[in-house]
Amino acid sequence: MAKIFAATIVLITIGSAIPILMHTWDLPQDISTHGPLIDEQYSDTMAEAGISFLASQFLLAFFIWKFSNPKPGTKIRRFPGGAMGLVIAAFLLVGTEVLALGVFGAKAWASVYFTPPAANALPIQVQAGQFAFYFRYAGPDGKFGPLHADHISEANQNFFGLDPQNDPESRDDIVTAEMAIPVNREIHLLMHSKDLGHSFFVPELRVQQDFVPGLDLSVHFTATKVGKYEIVCTQLCGLGHYNMKAYLEVKSQEDFDAWMKQQAAAQ
Amino acid sequence: MHDVSPHAVHHGAPTGFIRKHVFSIDHKVIGKQYYALALVAVLVGMVLSWLMRIHLGWTNFAIPGLHFLSSTGAPGDVMTPEYYLQLMTMHGTIMVFFVLTTAPFAAFGNFFLPIQVGAEDMPFPHFNMMSFWVTFVAFLVLVASFFVGDGPTLGGWTQYAPLSAVGAVAGPGQGLGVVLWASSIAIFCVGQLLGSLNFITTTLDMRTKGMSLMRLPLSAWAWFITSIMGLTAFAVLMPACILLILDHVAGTSFFVSSNEVINDQVLPHTGGSTLLWQHLFWFFGHPEVYIAIIPGLGIVSHVLITNMRRPMLSHRVLIYSMGALAVLSYMVYGHHMFVSGMNPFSSLAFSFPTLVITIPSTIVVLIWLGSLYGSKLRINTASLFALGFISMFISGGVSGFFLAQPSIDIMLHATYFVVGHFHMVMGVAAMFGIFAATYFWFPKMAGRMMNETLGKIHFWLSFVGTYCIFMPFHYLGIAGNIRRYSSFPDDFLQPLIPVHRWITVAALITGAAQLIFLYNLIHSRFWGKPAPDNPWEGTSLEWSTATPPPFDNFGGKHPVVYHDPYQYGVQSSVGDYVMQTSPEQVKTEREEK
Repeated sequence: MAKIFAATIVLITIGSAIPILMHTWDLPQDISTHGPLIDEQYSDTMAEAGISFLASQFLLAFFIWKFSNPKPGTKIRRFPGGAMGLVIAAFLLVGTEVLALGVFGAKAWASVYFTPPAANALPIQVQAGQFAFYFRYAGPDGKFGPLHADHISEANQNFFGLDPQNDPESRDDIVTAEMAIPVNREIHLLMHSKDLGHSFFVPELRVQQDFVPGLDLSVHFTATKVGKYEIVCTQLCGLGHYNMKAYLEVKSQEDFDAWMKQQAAAQ
Repeated sequence: MHDVSPHAVHHGAPTGFIRKHVFSIDHKVIGKQYYALALVAVLVGMVLSWLMRIHLGWTNFAIPGLHFLSSTGAPGDVMTPEYYLQLMTMHGTIMVFFVLTTAPFAAFGNFFLPIQVGAEDMPFPHFNMMSFWVTFVAFLVLVASFFVGDGPTLGGWTQYAPLSAVGAVAGPGQGLGVVLWASSIAIFCVGQLLGSLNFITTTLDMRTKGMSLMRLPLSAWAWFITSIMGLTAFAVLMPACILLILDHVAGTSFFVSSNEVINDQVLPHTGGSTLLWQHLFWFFGHPEVYIAIIPGLGIVSHVLITNMRRPMLSHRVLIYSMGALAVLSYMVYGHHMFVSGMNPFSSLAFSFPTLVITIPSTIVVLIWLGSLYGSKLRINTASLFALGFISMFISGGVSGFFLAQPSIDIMLHATYFVVGHFHMVMGVAAMFGIFAATYFWFPKMAGRMMNETLGKIHFWLSFVGTYCIFMPFHYLGIAGNIRRYSSFPDDFLQPLIPVHRWITVAALITGAAQLIFLYNLIHSRFWGKPAPDNPWEGTSLEWSTATPPPFDNFGGKHPVVYHDPYQYGVQSSVGDYVMQTSPEQVKTEREEK
């Protein structure tokens, strides 16, 4: 039975690794400028975790195969180097591994979170609420009008709680249910929640950030490929959570300008 | 090291059914009660997971009879999205609190810690009785939420605020359901605090003559370390739950900020912090992962040593590693919050200790592997589950490399990768630890042997089935499949539905295999072969007393300990081992400095 068990461990281990090696399921394509660093970090981690996984499981299987149910009279043998050798090996191998992952991972993280957005980044505001995203563009004056929670009304489609009568800066603001951005231009996404915790996740953009009620958060990114992508909520927000999504359209600058005009006219 | 002095616990044998079997102060009965509670809880949790998996594979499938559980949650026996979330929340809560915490720690720890240290009972037996009954009440309160109002809470076992804090306006179960959930967990915390106090004092004050700390078996060390964690972690969760209840019933705003708008109405709360809940919850929540798994590390080591017929390469290194895991577990909790809106510098501060925690984990695995080398491994159901535990612990551990890094977490956070990771490393691994412990100690607990053939069938189906279920979770996560979705209407998730169906079928089969275990457990309890006192030729104190142990554990005697706990691979008058209580001196090459 021990040998069958050892063989099963080997088979399961190889079987588990095959979809990874064959890229049967892979990270979605990357369409961001900061994504390559994250993807590289992911690949390096996969290599290191994969080797640790294969080596440990194979060793476990081999030792079960070799040392179970020995013949009577067999003597206990001690692992060469003893415990201290293994402790030193763990510190050296895993210590170096995690140090490298930590340092390089910090670089990838810093590229996203420790750099400010460029001065000419296009600001777009996104508001999350049960169970929809809404987006706001500043309009020709380049300024967002202030928000008034008590003005929010789904019935009147005043999703952000704007007061254009009293706030001149709000009058040219453009509110949409879908997000369009120009390709190869940095976007500064200003995030707030209307009600509860939500999240903004576009796998292709390599962006995931929670909305926190009471906190104004922001992320910035540049999309490099024209196309239509899904924006999904990843923070459990209630019964309609599974269906809370919007679309992100990455357009050429000309198409984006035309789209903006069209949206402005529709306000 | 302590003599058992006059102030030590002494109570007479109980008489009468109630004092013997219901409100018992005997740690062994309390251990069995915890085990029975965990068994009921795990069956409920498993059935919930079946229902969820069927819904995920075939969203509109009518599950016969489901409407009896909730006519609004399952009209026409088809689960609604919100009812899916409610069942999911109950699955997670029941499994984490009432199975993974109670079985490996409270159940086996209660039964065996006092015996392994050579004590008659725990120092505060009435507190001990109270700890179980409080836990039982907590379970009843939680389960009651199925049947009141609009059902249980749908907020997930993490109950993130403000979804959990704003009340019924946030959705079904978010009013009374949350209050019951938070009350249940606060009550549960009281039980664990009482239990932890008993475990700590038992280990420190109740050891018999000759039982130095380093002569404690690894299982006893694991329970001791876990109890220290329990004392600190549950002491944070309990007030957090009370604050959450106050947000519901007293109009406070601990976890709700100003100007939150639901249904076009500005909520009356002001000034609270939604991230505060996450900090408090995860300050408990990450140590909780280790509260679930460290007893498994000790139990598996204990079971393996007996079956390898040799001590571990180093007793001390394993103890220090478990201690390091416990200490580090408090420094890493922020890795659950990388994308939460916490200061991004904090993410790096939490990332490094998370990566560092892989070092003691690796040391534990290497010590196990190094000890397997050159051993005389006996294959039985207990050792199979212990070895299976190691395989699961490795598989679940390596995925931690990814989730420890904030940059990669951007892609994998809140996906099925996380679900696969924690099910593997703290869910199934801990379950394998519980199974190893059950097959190993059942003879001592029940006085009868379990059926080995059924045990092995149970093992094979569980081992292969577990991989069939949880490895694909990782693939789903890599492909971007988000967790806590009741179905997958998103375009990019549609191609992944066949993988979900595969997982559902595997989960149904693997779950059904657990019924073999249940049958074996019940059948062996009444009709199993009578067990000898020391069926596995073990050395620690539980094997030197009668089977099952008398009410005062050692029949009025106080055992004296002469040896390290694991004197195997030697030549003695009884075989290749010397019991801790045997004064016989044998030649051993292993006397650790």
